[in-house]
Parts: sequence; C-alpha cells; structure tokens
Amino acid sequence: MSKNELVILDCWASPFCMRVKIALAEKGLDYEERAEDLFGGKSDLLLTSNPIYKKVPVFLHDGKPLCESSVIVSYIDETWPAPALLPSTPYERSQARFWADYIDKKVLFDSTSAIWKASGDDAVESAKKEFVEVLKVLEGALGEKEYFAGDAFGYVDILAIPITSWFLASEKFGNFKVEAECPKLSAWIKRCMEKETVAKVIPDPEKIYEFVVNLRKMFGIA
Amino acid sequence: MEEVKLLGWWVSPFSRRVELALKLKGVGYEYIEQDLAHKSQLLLEYNPVHKKVPVLVHNGKTMAESLVILEYIDETWPNNPILPRNPYDKAMARFWAQFIEEKCNGGLWKIMWCKDEEERGKLVEEASQCFITLEGELKGNKFFGGEEIGMVDIAANFIGYWLGVVQEVSGMELVTRDKFPVLCKWMDEFVEHSVVKETLPPRDELHAEFEARLGAPSWKY
Repeated sequence: MSKNELVILDCWASPFCMRVKIALAEKGLDYEERAEDLFGGKSDLLLTSNPIYKKVPVFLHDGKPLCESSVIVSYIDETWPAPALLPSTPYERSQARFWADYIDKKVLFDSTSAIWKASGDDAVESAKKEFVEVLKVLEGALGEKEYFAGDAFGYVDILAIPITSWFLASEKFGNFKVEAECPKLSAWIKRCMEKETVAKVIPDPEKIYEFVVNLRKMFGIA
Repeated sequence: MEEVKLLGWWVSPFSRRVELALKLKGVGYEYIEQDLAHKSQLLLEYNPVHKKVPVLVHNGKTMAESLVILEYIDETWPNNPILPRNPYDKAMARFWAQFIEEKCNGGLWKIMWCKDEEERGKLVEEASQCFITLEGELKGNKFFGGEEIGMVDIAANFIGYWLGVVQEVSGMELVTRDKFPVLCKWMDEFVEHSVVKETLPPRDELHAEFEARLGAPSWKY
C-alpha cells in the first residue's frame, strides 16, 4: 500500500457518502471512489470492511477501514488539519458535535424520507409537519450566521448539506416548499451550494427525485 | 476559579457517564439533581432542544448530550485521557461508542418496552448478535480502553451495571455468564473500578426505581 491511498466505498445518492467526499474536497485530497451496487450485490471489500452495518460510506486510509460518516469526517479533520472543519475551541466543538448528533440521530434524513415513504394524505401531512419542525430547530441553531459555526463553512454544514439534495423529492411528494417554510435555512442551502467543493459532490436534486420514485416502486408505496 | 456544574438524575446512566469522566480527571463540580417529572426552569433553559439530562455547565457555558460532553471533558482536562490520541484509534473508539448507544442500548430499550412476546423474542435475538459483536471488541483486554477505562467503557456503563438490575427486575436473560463470559468479566472489572464505584447508584434503590417504572409484575418473562 502506498502512503495516503484514500478510497471511499460509495453510492452516488447517499448523503452520508457525500459528507465524506465534501470533507476530502475541502482538504484538497485525492481519493478513489468505488461505486457500490447496494441493491444488486455488495462488494466483498464492503462486507469485510463494514461487517457490522454493511453500509456505505466506508473510508479506507492505506487499507485501514473506517465506517460511520460523522466518525470519518472527524477523522479526516484530525488527520489533515488544514483547513479546519471543526471549530478551534473545545466549547465551540461541543456545540458542533451537539448539532451533528441532532442531525445524525437521523432526525433530518429520516424525517425527510418519512414524507415520500408515507401513504395517504394524513400520513404525508403528519410527516411533513414533523420535518418542518426539525428544519425550524436547525434554522434556530443557524440564527443570523452564514454557516452553523459562524463565518466559516465547517463540520455541521458538511453533515447537513448533502441531506438537502433529498428535499426536492419530499417537496414534490409533500406538496410544499422548504423555502416558504424556512427562508433562512433555504438561503444557507444556496450559500453552501455556491461552494465548489459542495457543488461538485452534490448531485442534481431532480436525479435524487427520480431515484426516490424508483425506491417507492421497490418498496411498493402507492 | 473554574466553575463546573452538572445537571443530572441519580438513575440516569447518561448523567453518571459525565460524573465518571469528571471524577476520573479529578475535576470538582457542583451536582444539581433534577426531577424529570417536573422539569426545572434551569433545565429547560440550558437544554431547550432535548430538555434532558445530563447538562454540563462550565464557566457559564452549557453543553448537552453525554457523549458530546465526554469529548469536551477530555479536551478541556487532558490528564487521564479517555480517548486515544492516535486519530485512527480515536475514530474506532467513537465508532464503538456509537454502536453501543444505537445498537446495544437502543436494542435493550426496545426490548424493555416491548409488550408483544413474539416481537420481543426477535428483538432479543437481534440484541444478542450485537452483544456478541461487542464482546469481540474486548480482544483479551481488561477494558475496552485497554488497561484503563476509556470512553467506550464509559459509554457501555448501562451494560456494565444497569443491565444487571433490569434483568433482575424483568427476568430477562440476555447477558448471562454462560452466554457471555468475557463480557461478564468486563462487567465485574467495571463495577469494581475504584472510580466507577463512586458513580453507581445504590443497587436496591435502582431496583425499586425500575420495578416502579417497568410495572414489573406484568412484564416478567
């Protein structure tokens, strides 16, 4: 193994994989992206390097595997310190980790997915309401700042922004607009998407919408 | 003068985790017991998002979520480290702490509140698999942290002590000495650790608390 050989076991639609790729891009690191066929058959490398969850992303640094996107992003930040993704003081880092935990408890991804997974108007309405509540909490955490930690794009932004690529699907199935409900958060999304490191990783939300349409067919949702 | 306060609940393994980390580092703190049935203004002000314990207050700054607080404590008082310094080992410790939280504790929680026998059987099987995985991570060491306890041991405190009480109250036999000899040995070492001992709620009081909450008679199996 040559030094600093970086590999990500990836799925183009996975917001968790996008997190890792944005972090690597922020650090200016080259890496190999290996696409996994999550429905057709997971690779041996995936199954052996993530035997517990058998999920993507898996990040391999000179062959040593790491799993769980928030753990991987923290590792990338600690191993290649510049530019810093986490804030500099322990207190500010605790705030970043608190919001990462809030997002990571899958409140954000699960609550957006619940909308397109729901069957029937009542279920959709209820899922939408819960999702908007979560967004408002995040909007409160953002406040008047440009990014979650202040002036600089960082850890919490990296963990949250990929999930927003799935919002269009929820908006279409839930018949609402995130911009109308949470204008400040919407502005934050646009701000992040203007960054080259984010724009080149995040897929077109229309493509995610098509992906969701197929997922719904697979799950047998009306 | 450093001012450290901890809002906690004597029953909660989450607030006990924070106490354990503070004691391991020799950090003095003021403990403020919370009544979670009647949440105080202080708690609601300090943790408006989750309204839960523990909350750590350090020189007026508030923090919530026990594993987040543990990282803060380790960074602020670096003596007797609870996380490895090497980034890869640190990442693995965080991975295992999350695994314990989501799969082990999460699994146990579902079992504890599941009233359907068939469903509970499935959950127990699933949880057993997680405990087999966790036991493997000990790799012949005294603690998950090696010779000394670390973040993963602290994260596993519910398994180390509370689980025994839950099993007594409910009759659930998930982690037993014959099924999990290595994990049970870790549990013995954990509860005997000089600092851990100071943070464990009295067993009989904990037993009574769980009996009351789980409605034991209808729940035994």
